[in-house]
Amino acid sequence: MTRTVTKQKASSPASLPKCATGIPGLDEITGGGLPKGRTTLVCGGAGCGKTLLGIEFLVRGATLYDEPGVFIAFEETAEELAQNVCSLGFDLDDLIETRKLAVDYIYIERSEIEETGEYDLEGLFIRLGHAIDSIGAKRVVLDTLETLFSGLSNVAILRSELRRLFRWLKQKGVTSIVTAERGEGSLTRHGLEEYVSDCVLLLDHRVEGQISTRRLRVVKYRGSVHATNEFPFLIDEGGISVLPITSLQLQHKASIERISSGVPALDAMLGGQGFFRGSSVLVSGTAGVGKTSLSCHAADACCQRNERCLYFAFEESEAQLLRNMRSIGLDLEPWVKKGLLRFQVARPTMNGLEMHLAGIHKQVEAFQPHLVIVDPITSFLSSGTDSEASSMMVRLVDYLKSRQITAFLTNLNHAGSVLEQTNVAISSLIDTWLLLRDIELNGERNRGLYILKSRGMAHSNQIREFLLTEKGVQLTDVYLGPEGVLTGSARLSQEAKATATAVQRSLEIERKRGELARRQQGLEAQIAVLQLQFQTDREGMEQDITNEQAYLERLEQSRHEMAMSRKAVSNGNEAHPKKKGHK
Amino acid sequence: MMMQTTTEVFEERVAYHSQERYVLCLYVAGLTPRSTLAIETIRAICERYLSGRYELTIIDLYLQPEMARKAQIVVAPTLVKQSPSPIRLFIGDMTDETRILQGLRIAS
Repeated sequence: MTRTVTKQKASSPASLPKCATGIPGLDEITGGGLPKGRTTLVCGGAGCGKTLLGIEFLVRGATLYDEPGVFIAFEETAEELAQNVCSLGFDLDDLIETRKLAVDYIYIERSEIEETGEYDLEGLFIRLGHAIDSIGAKRVVLDTLETLFSGLSNVAILRSELRRLFRWLKQKGVTSIVTAERGEGSLTRHGLEEYVSDCVLLLDHRVEGQISTRRLRVVKYRGSVHATNEFPFLIDEGGISVLPITSLQLQHKASIERISSGVPALDAMLGGQGFFRGSSVLVSGTAGVGKTSLSCHAADACCQRNERCLYFAFEESEAQLLRNMRSIGLDLEPWVKKGLLRFQVARPTMNGLEMHLAGIHKQVEAFQPHLVIVDPITSFLSSGTDSEASSMMVRLVDYLKSRQITAFLTNLNHAGSVLEQTNVAISSLIDTWLLLRDIELNGERNRGLYILKSRGMAHSNQIREFLLTEKGVQLTDVYLGPEGVLTGSARLSQEAKATATAVQRSLEIERKRGELARRQQGLEAQIAVLQLQFQTDREGMEQDITNEQAYLERLEQSRHEMAMSRKAVSNGNEAHPKKKGHK
Repeated sequence: MMMQTTTEVFEERVAYHSQERYVLCLYVAGLTPRSTLAIETIRAICERYLSGRYELTIIDLYLQPEMARKAQIVVAPTLVKQSPSPIRLFIGDMTDETRILQGLRIAS
């Protein structure tokens, strides 16, 4: 993006030498800084930060790039100036002492001056030259040169002298900033832009709908590519930061790493592993469906991985959030104390959209989080129009993606609006979209969760009932039957019914099993009786057989004995005669 | 309004202290024709109107650049009237004698 442009510019041999300002963001949009050895005009209305820009240019130059600087003040004394910028963490006195900075206050009071003929500004040149030479300055700021016009009446002399001054500064090889008040219909009140033709920056401080936003624009930059948009900038305890945030390119990397949502059942629905790292997650739903609770689960999971989470809350204070989350068994306070979780709580109307975005950028740069939660994004609607809010969200999501930071956004749907639509129209940017909805049934309101989409993963198509319990968010299966989707107590009673039926069935089986066993026992008993009877019969029969045989033997015996007694047969085998005789 | 008041005070002072000493300082930037003209003109005026009661120092800013800062000089040539008060600055090549005399409150 702008960063790459910077690199390209720096590497191309024919490019203009630049002098880095050290002001975050400004060097990016100017492609490396202000034109080296030339004069830059900074113009803007009262109170838009011209002097500060000048001072910061010198302070950063002295501290970051070891380039001493001279500040020629026409409006404030050195002491006043040092006091004014002290709140921004700039110690001018120290820089002056170490000969990194020279401040010269030029006092011109028309009422004390009598003009008695031709003159020139050689006095100014000598002072400036002396200041530059005394510390070997590389940077010069003249704030505000136009004061000369109110102090001296001979405009013709002044104009030619100013022209000479800018030429002289160029010859000196110093990179300079000249500030000027914005005029009616022109960039500056006295037309200084005619003399300074290399680079012109315009600062602006606009109020729209009671919300003020500072903006900076590079009006002109001879010999260099530069961004032409208006960029919002911040003045805070760290000085100025310009935010080049209008770039929109789809070049971000796509991680295959998965991170937990903090709710195991939800992870299971998301292909078993949760979200992709660096993806954008949107949770939308009407009021009170548990968007914040889900966000806090994600924050908790992030901190458990020992990663940092930045939570932008626009509805609740930090203390209130912590208390409320404790009621569902989530204690986030240890993470806050450990420095893994940071809450940024603000009313959405506190700043304009651009300033919010700028603020988020700044916080993200400072904290370097792995997860950013914005709860809810719909708050931004109150500080801008729909299209502005939408463009801001696009840039925010884009920015977070380019940084591989997972974005977790919540969207408050208003009752009656189409659920599958966000108010800030960013649905197409979202990778994983969870929808929380109310299911009203049998005089109850229950929560349901389903995944509207989740790019790049197999995900569940089920509607799950979303429960807020003492142990956090839990997802249960909803009952789907002939009566439709049942949730809450309807689901419970249906489940109870099902359980009762199941119990009855199992009892029946038990009973059948018992009967079978009993039948078998009966049968076995019968078999035993029969066997016993058979045994008895057999024994009797065998006895009979034995008896018969014994009788036959005895009969034979007795016949033989009889024959013997009749001497009918000899001793031996006299069968036939025996038989005959028997007849 | 302020100017008028200052002038009135000044007039009174001149009236009461017509013999007051003048301490003047002329700052020039090098010996350019303009500088030379200024020096000559102011010397002539002093001799004519303030003979014996003036003190004129001529400072070349090129030789003493730090003096420009100390004396709050932006324009060259500049004549500073340090005394009698109030301090007053005269800029230019001093060709406008009437304005100088008015500014110095010297009756012509």
